[in-house]
Amino acid sequence: MSEHSKNLAHHFSNTEQQFESGKLGMWLFLATEILLFGGLFAAYAVYRANHPEIFAYAHQYLDRNLGALNTVVLICSSFTMAWGVRMAQLGKQKQLLWSLMLTLVLAIAFLGVKGVEYESKWKHGLLWGKNYNPVEHVEAAPAHGIVGEAAPVDPPEVPTGENASLIAPAQTGPAGLAHTSGEAAKAHEEAPDNVHIFFGIYFLMTGLHGLHVLIGMGLILWIFARSYWGHFGPDYYTPVDLVGLYWHLVDLIWIFLFPLLYLIR
Amino acid sequence: MSDASNTHKPHVVDAKILIGVWFGLLFLTFVTVAATWIDLGALNIWLALGIATVKASLVAAYFMHLRYDKPFNTLVLIAALVFLMLFIGILLLDTGQYAGDIIKGAAPALSY
Amino acid sequence: MSNYLNHTSGWKSWVFTLDHKRIGIMYLVAILSSFLLGGIFAMLIRTELLSPGQTIMDADTYNRTFTLHGAIMIFLFIIPSIPAALGNFVLPVMLGAKDVAFPRLNLMSFWLYCFGAVFAVFSLVTKAVDTGWTFYTPYSTTTSASVISMTLGAVILGFSSIFTGLNFVVTIHKLRPKWMTFFKMPLFLWSLYATSIIQILATPVLGITLLLLIAERTMGIGIFDPGLGGDPVLYQHFFWFYSHPAVYIMILPAMGIVSELISVFSRKTIFGYRAIAYSSVAIALFGFFVWGHHMFTSGQSTLANMIFSLLTFSVSIPSAIKVFNWLATLYKGSISLAAPMLYALMFIFLFAIGGLTGLFLGTLATDVHLHDTYFVVAHFHYVMFGGTMIAFLGGLHYWWPKMFGKMYSEKLAALAAALIFVGFNMTFFTQFVMGTRGMPRRYYNYPEEFTTAHQISSIGSYIMGLGFVLIASYLVYSLMWGKKAPGNPWGAATLEWSHCPSPPPHDNFAEVPSQDTDPYDYSIVKYDEESDSYHLA
Repeated sequence: MSEHSKNLAHHFSNTEQQFESGKLGMWLFLATEILLFGGLFAAYAVYRANHPEIFAYAHQYLDRNLGALNTVVLICSSFTMAWGVRMAQLGKQKQLLWSLMLTLVLAIAFLGVKGVEYESKWKHGLLWGKNYNPVEHVEAAPAHGIVGEAAPVDPPEVPTGENASLIAPAQTGPAGLAHTSGEAAKAHEEAPDNVHIFFGIYFLMTGLHGLHVLIGMGLILWIFARSYWGHFGPDYYTPVDLVGLYWHLVDLIWIFLFPLLYLIR
Repeated sequence: MSDASNTHKPHVVDAKILIGVWFGLLFLTFVTVAATWIDLGALNIWLALGIATVKASLVAAYFMHLRYDKPFNTLVLIAALVFLMLFIGILLLDTGQYAGDIIKGAAPALSY
Repeated sequence: MSNYLNHTSGWKSWVFTLDHKRIGIMYLVAILSSFLLGGIFAMLIRTELLSPGQTIMDADTYNRTFTLHGAIMIFLFIIPSIPAALGNFVLPVMLGAKDVAFPRLNLMSFWLYCFGAVFAVFSLVTKAVDTGWTFYTPYSTTTSASVISMTLGAVILGFSSIFTGLNFVVTIHKLRPKWMTFFKMPLFLWSLYATSIIQILATPVLGITLLLLIAERTMGIGIFDPGLGGDPVLYQHFFWFYSHPAVYIMILPAMGIVSELISVFSRKTIFGYRAIAYSSVAIALFGFFVWGHHMFTSGQSTLANMIFSLLTFSVSIPSAIKVFNWLATLYKGSISLAAPMLYALMFIFLFAIGGLTGLFLGTLATDVHLHDTYFVVAHFHYVMFGGTMIAFLGGLHYWWPKMFGKMYSEKLAALAAALIFVGFNMTFFTQFVMGTRGMPRRYYNYPEEFTTAHQISSIGSYIMGLGFVLIASYLVYSLMWGKKAPGNPWGAATLEWSHCPSPPPHDNFAEVPSQDTDPYDYSIVKYDEESDSYHLA
């Protein structure tokens, strides 16, 4: 038995055919993923087109700095993953392991940032459907002039310290990003109906995406272990390549989620 | 099986290209944020989507190797996107037609 | 001689098998069990409708019974029937391949199917879901029955279906022998290819739809709830974006089987090969953009209604192309009325009725009158049962000798086919009449004047049931004591008959057939009187 036949299933006639099959299979699977997310994009499009005011109002409560940070994090992880595939192809095992490790660390960072965002939404009752019950976030208001005149509603619930800075950073962004305090106050007063729809869609989209990040982390861990055991080299690296494709798709979806959710004017 | 012609020869993407794409993506992320500083009215969203599409194409072409792959894989991706766009397009066409006729508050919220 | 059935033994050799033929057989057993279950519920429905008012069950039980019947038949039987059971067995052999591209994914697809099936049936029975198989909001989000576990079951079944489709597309693309171009493939493979495209592109949308429904129920996100600013019509759009193409997941493989049968049993090259092949792909693609014809009376806009109506008519063109080509193949053929051919002819007849009545329903004004009446019920049974089920029976009889290496009794098979044909038309033709007169679907009660029609319909269903009992009996008999089947009893020219013994060996072919053959060139096989079978000429 030669080196190659170890990794060649009996029903394929050569490794080329096997590799191409795996790749086409993965692309078809990615097509199903696109349509799975597509359902949510469709829901987004329908509500955004018919109720633009909900989106214009509600997106202010998302932190675009954290969104941009996460975009950068995911793009970097995509790069390290692509680099890992390259290292596998070149047979540089040590660098492959490092690349995968870095990808994992970046994935964890992504989920960490996401967790921080979720927590602040949760604290402020910016949730879906009937759970939408916004808490007036006054402690940040005087500084940024959002709801300056409002009195504290429920002091025990008011976040302090670090959390406070997470609440309305959209207004603290670079010059030009921020609404002027007057506009923001006005927008807040005139909350349109059914703002919860935005948060429903936000949580569904980012939640499903987060789930995919988790699954991707599991897959990367599996690839990491197999690389550690020396399964991959220039002759056989299909699993690294396929997990890479999956990971890039997760990145692709975020590339669209970021402007659609965070960067609404 | 060990016949050299049967062995799969990987296409290794050049390091410079990978790094270049990486920086390109970071730059475009900045551009997409910066684009919101200018008010283009309804065009803003199309600009944002356009930039996202360019970024996505870069990832697909180089990180996902589509440029060097069998063209059929690209066709699969494009077919999925075309079907999705047609789906969304028809939904928008239909809901846009009747959205204006909906009487606010006519349907009470359901109790779960 | 060693074949796939006896080359290893023990339950583990089946449960963990990676052989597409064994997985196909396990699928066959599973879907036939589902069919039995769904059939029992159908009988219960027809029995309840023997007389007006309560006959054997109350209205709530009736609602659950038709939900059980519909959901089991659609999700557990028709969708996987031909692709996953017959297709799994036949596709690689027809293709001259040793297995499907991803055998482990194939096995996983089967176990996911079983898991999803148990999940779905369990929740249907214990939690008494009564929404119908469509789970329309707002009823499905407010009814007390547990819709969540049922829809989760459907999502799992969807994954199983996606994996089968994905496997088939890759197998067809990558595992053909060098000489077999797309246009030298048997037409059954073309139809499975088209089916797989739909499974891959449409099923994920069902997944997300049902997940949204679950989110609606558990979290109250309100996307489909008008009181919260949501839109129930949107649910129907989402649902039918999958479920209309799913109708083509059901009918396309059936058309593929019929293309094989008509040619083999007319001993004539298929007429218009390319037209049939292209029309399969055309149906798959057009089929995606007609979903709105399920929603003409839902509050969908007039503009969308008109577009969907127009597109619906366009799908009838590729369907008709197929029918005309089959008829042209029959013309001056040397027709042998073996059991598979009886079913193929029955398919053409019943599918023509089912298809044409579909055009009545695709017409906007007529649909307003016929919507949600027995006319619709009759229409889709003519297509689903008269089409898919009949072709499935044809395929089962055709490939039975290949699967198990045993022949069955032709006489009993013809008798059973006759019972099913008569019973089917009695059951469902009457429903066309009732529907046009205003009998609504899904009602357990009806006015006196419908009594006779309902009784004819019920008696027809019993006759059909008898036909199925007969089929089950002679097939089981053939397994036990049937005559040994030759390699090629029908004289077919596709690889699974011409180059492969019955039953096939573990690896299908010792060597991949190397010569260039036309799947419909019957000059390559020669009749041998002594063995009453065909051999390569």
